[in-house]
Amino acid sequence: MAKKRTPRSKSRPKIAAPSRRRVSSLRGRAPQTAGLDLHRCEQFLMHEMRLLDEAKFDDWLALFTADAWYWVPSEPNQPDPHNTVSLIYDDRRLLETRVRRLASPRMYSQEPRSRTSRIVTNATIEDAEGRAATVRSKFLMIEYRREQQRLFAGNAWHRLVLIDGAIRIAWKRVDLVNCDAPLDGITQPF
Amino acid sequence: MTENFSRFFKPGRVHRQIYTDPAIFDLEMRHIFGAAWVYVGHESQIKNPGDYFATHLGRKPVVMVRDADGKLHVIRNQCAHRGAMVVATDKGNADEFTCCYHGWTYHLDGRLKAVPLNHGYPSDFNPANPAVAMAAVPRVKSYRGFVFASEASDGPSLEESLGHMLTSLDDMVDRAPDGEIEAAGGVFKHAYDANWKIYFENLCDAAHPLFAHRSSIEAAQQQSDAAHSDGFGEIAIRQMRQNGAPYSFWESQVGIWTYPNGHSYLGDYHDDSKLVAAMKDPVFREYIAALEKKKGKAETKRILEVRRWNSNIYPNVSLMSQFQQLRVVQPISVNRTVVHTYNFRLKGAPEQMFRNTIAFANIVNGTGSLVLTDDLEIYNRIDLGLSSEGTQWLQIGRGYQSDVPDQHGGRRGVNSTSEVYIRNMLEAWQSYMNNGQSEPMRAAS
Repeated sequence: MAKKRTPRSKSRPKIAAPSRRRVSSLRGRAPQTAGLDLHRCEQFLMHEMRLLDEAKFDDWLALFTADAWYWVPSEPNQPDPHNTVSLIYDDRRLLETRVRRLASPRMYSQEPRSRTSRIVTNATIEDAEGRAATVRSKFLMIEYRREQQRLFAGNAWHRLVLIDGAIRIAWKRVDLVNCDAPLDGITQPF
Repeated sequence: MTENFSRFFKPGRVHRQIYTDPAIFDLEMRHIFGAAWVYVGHESQIKNPGDYFATHLGRKPVVMVRDADGKLHVIRNQCAHRGAMVVATDKGNADEFTCCYHGWTYHLDGRLKAVPLNHGYPSDFNPANPAVAMAAVPRVKSYRGFVFASEASDGPSLEESLGHMLTSLDDMVDRAPDGEIEAAGGVFKHAYDANWKIYFENLCDAAHPLFAHRSSIEAAQQQSDAAHSDGFGEIAIRQMRQNGAPYSFWESQVGIWTYPNGHSYLGDYHDDSKLVAAMKDPVFREYIAALEKKKGKAETKRILEVRRWNSNIYPNVSLMSQFQQLRVVQPISVNRTVVHTYNFRLKGAPEQMFRNTIAFANIVNGTGSLVLTDDLEIYNRIDLGLSSEGTQWLQIGRGYQSDVPDQHGGRRGVNSTSEVYIRNMLEAWQSYMNNGQSEPMRAAS
């Protein structure tokens, strides 16, 4: 136990980056967004999890917008991906490369392939405006590979937008509960 | 027990047992991590009085701490009473350290300050006895901010032990226009199921990237540069493409140098103007101008001409001085290792350069990196092989007959893919292990 010299101010943890507006005012209320209600968002998240579990990574990539980013911070409450390292921080270009590599027969860290089973639940709409919504959810992912099973859990944040009537991911942030633990290599997107 | 550890070696061969035997691992912790100069941390992690950083010396928990007078200490992170770990958080700031069990309280330099109920101990119990403390590690030395500690109370100085490898630590710091660097941007902790030596034996391996990393090389080569990037993906993809340099390049253009006590470095292989300081890139133009303003044109030229990829300071730290990265190897058990990787900000350099460093760290040292994950897989597979009863003698003979002396007292490979750096590390290993056997057991061990 180390005695603190000066107590630090309890700054409110940042949840989603880079911008998060009007969250508290909307939390718990029925979303106003036409076509992006909670049920539809939940169905979308389940669809996304299913694509990942079935290793349909190209189809998963197609869910993202042309300037999307996908982020798994290395620290709890990490404020941004640009000044601190991340377990994964892919802009659209790197996400495309990641998905292309996942299909490669020469990806030795996927020989044999992982099998995964994901559960997504506790979805809430945290912020909604126009044809976009920020959805918070909890997930569990079991990864099985070469006689070992790993369990990942945490919160996910999706910024969902309606484009031509279809839901697309503008950004996704995944906060693992053990993001700052020593971790074996991570090859499966969460 | 005395044992000649040289029996695990033949010319160009090493026996699998040194990577898999728990008894040998225990002796390594005593004779290598308990004797050599071992990297502990960087002074910028404990800038202010009271700042502390909890880490390990081999498997022993220690705290690197700055006392109220600004003096640096490395003390054991255990209470002198029942041995409980005292500092339970990775880092922070404190006036004193207090054990959570019976409230024994210590000064920041490890001396015992107060013991509740102290009348009840035996008559020979004296809280003022310096042995009743969070004991200081016998020798601690900072070289330009890099803090090393040694469990050996005498022996070669840090400078003598590192020799020519000090120039890699110099390179890390010299690149800062203001002459100072700062650990920043978080830490990766990646883990694998194999021996700690396996990691070190990969870092200067110029023969593996083109093959082991080809899934990421090919995926990056096929990537359209028209796709959106905020700069992070661009750096990552450029780096993966650089790994695709042909074998002829890796063999002849890189260079591999080794020095006494197990140290080595591999020359750099980058020619991408966004990855290494180049006038074609606006961020680097600004950086070079800042460097020239502070250090002059001649010194700037000298600094930028030092071109090293991984510099390995045996037994536990590896630097990428050109890229502001530092990796610390933490042995957990004979077949479990954690590597902590840190980034550094160059004081006086453009802020964008630090963000580029973070992007580079993600792809080179990231737990979810498209590159590193294949290295971790290889370490795991090496252990799966070596811990079997299969092949007994492994080959480390590449370049064995062609290596030549180096002008600074080491040996270098004529061919950059020589395994001279593995043989050099294992020579140091034999020396530490055999010398340890001939020494009396230290009371502190």
